Amino acid sequence: MARALDGLRAYRLIAAMWIRSAAAYRTSFLVTAIGSFTASGLSFAAILLMFSHVEVLGGLLLPEAALLYGTSNTALGLADLTLGNMVSLGQRVRDGTLNTLLVRPAPVLAQVAADRFALRRIGRIGQGALVLIWALAQVDVAWTPLKILLVPVMLISGAAIFGAVYIVGAAFQFCAQDAAEVQNSFTYGGNALLQYPPAVFAKEVVWGATFVIPLAFVNWLPVLYILDRGNPLGLPTWLAFAAPAVATALCAAAGLAWRAGLRGYRSAGS
Amino acid sequence: MLPGVMRLYVAVAVSTFRRYTAYRAATAAGVFTNIVFGFIVAYAYMALWHERPNLGGYGREQALTFVWISQALAAAMALLGGGFQEELQERIRTGEIAIDLSRPVDMQLWWLACDLGRAVFHLLSRGVVPLAVGALAFRLALPQSPLMWLAFLLSALLGAVVSFALRYLVALSSFWLLDGAGVNMVNGLLTMFFSGMLLPLTVFPGAFGETARLLPWAAVLQTPADVLLGRHHGSGLGRALLFQAGWVLVLLSAGRAMQLRATQRTVVQGG
Repeated sequence: MARALDGLRAYRLIAAMWIRSAAAYRTSFLVTAIGSFTASGLSFAAILLMFSHVEVLGGLLLPEAALLYGTSNTALGLADLTLGNMVSLGQRVRDGTLNTLLVRPAPVLAQVAADRFALRRIGRIGQGALVLIWALAQVDVAWTPLKILLVPVMLISGAAIFGAVYIVGAAFQFCAQDAAEVQNSFTYGGNALLQYPPAVFAKEVVWGATFVIPLAFVNWLPVLYILDRGNPLGLPTWLAFAAPAVATALCAAAGLAWRAGLRGYRSAGS
Repeated sequence: MLPGVMRLYVAVAVSTFRRYTAYRAATAAGVFTNIVFGFIVAYAYMALWHERPNLGGYGREQALTFVWISQALAAAMALLGGGFQEELQERIRTGEIAIDLSRPVDMQLWWLACDLGRAVFHLLSRGVVPLAVGALAFRLALPQSPLMWLAFLLSALLGAVVSFALRYLVALSSFWLLDGAGVNMVNGLLTMFFSGMLLPLTVFPGAFGETARLLPWAAVLQTPADVLLGRHHGSGLGRALLFQAGWVLVLLSAGRAMQLRATQRTVVQGG
């Protein structure tokens, strides 16, 4: 517990340092934040273009699809802001700068996670949140307290699930430094997957996204519950509420993977 | 052009090709990512074309072919970043460009040779494998005739040069701006949207779609894909290739003019 607090403190300090450094170049920060907002918005533009030709896609109307898009993008944005720079771990292993982090009196995970903390990534969160708010206002749902509660729970669990993917990806880079891009398949690729209604995909894909890499808990299962739709696999609806448990289990597994990766790390001595 | 000079640029292209072959894990990771995205987009398009058969003039098989062609060309055409421009920008920022300028070679052709070497490598590695996987997993509308494939390769080559010429302009802007991050970003967004990577340009509605199909980014992905899909034949094919060649000419000339301006105002301070 003390170690976790230690880590959080180190994370806060390092992140604050990078924010101060970004604040020195205000225009650059603004431009890149707008860029992050727009880049993430392009995929929504594609969905809008699709819905300009059709009423229903995969059984969902535009506001319902936007609900999927907004939740997934906001959750990924939160994970990307807090852990996104772990992708560059492979670079640090390759050029030997990881060793510097190993001798500092702070948990390595916190240091790697906060390394080059990029506040500009709030652009994606902002974009996702805007779509989410629009979708919540437009969508035709009989709201119950449980459904309302599910929205923030889904975002936090979703961010944690994507965060676990980032950490596992970083752990994987201890053995395959060059293969950082594989991670994009599960983070950005996962996000692209979750933006579309599950009914669009083959059953095997939905099954894999539920039981193998449980991305379905980020938004598919909770959103289908909110919309009162059954899911294509015919799973019980209460599974929507398993998202926090799934997120916790995944984070624990990611922690173990990280430890194993770090323990197996042998510096080249550079 | 003298054969000797030609040999030099071929050597530059070949050595860049070989440089990229060194990163096997990164290449395999890229192939994997292209395949994953290919599957996701393919399913989304199947749903879209199920609702609206013949959308944008494509049948279902053609739409699926478009998906896998865009994944196959994404790396070769540097549609999602990558390529030479960041290296050139860094050389301009640090001043190492002074060494390049003193070399007895043409800077634009040098970097073009580099980028084509890379593009050929990416077409062979990150292009062939995803397309083959796509063709195994789905029914695609790939042409039987070798001539069509040849026309496609020619169109893809022109597309690669257009992509290079655009990024060369972006890179040279660093002579004035020093930090290329903003321009790179704008270029990246425009490329992503107007190349057809996000959605075929034939699906873009009305006048907006018509304009989008005339922009240089259309020559990078949309045109080669349509050539492979057999949407241009006879004189139409000639027109499509001419459209690309036109952009090659305009953009390479613009790059040349910009290079001249940049080198005229560059002061090497030595030390």
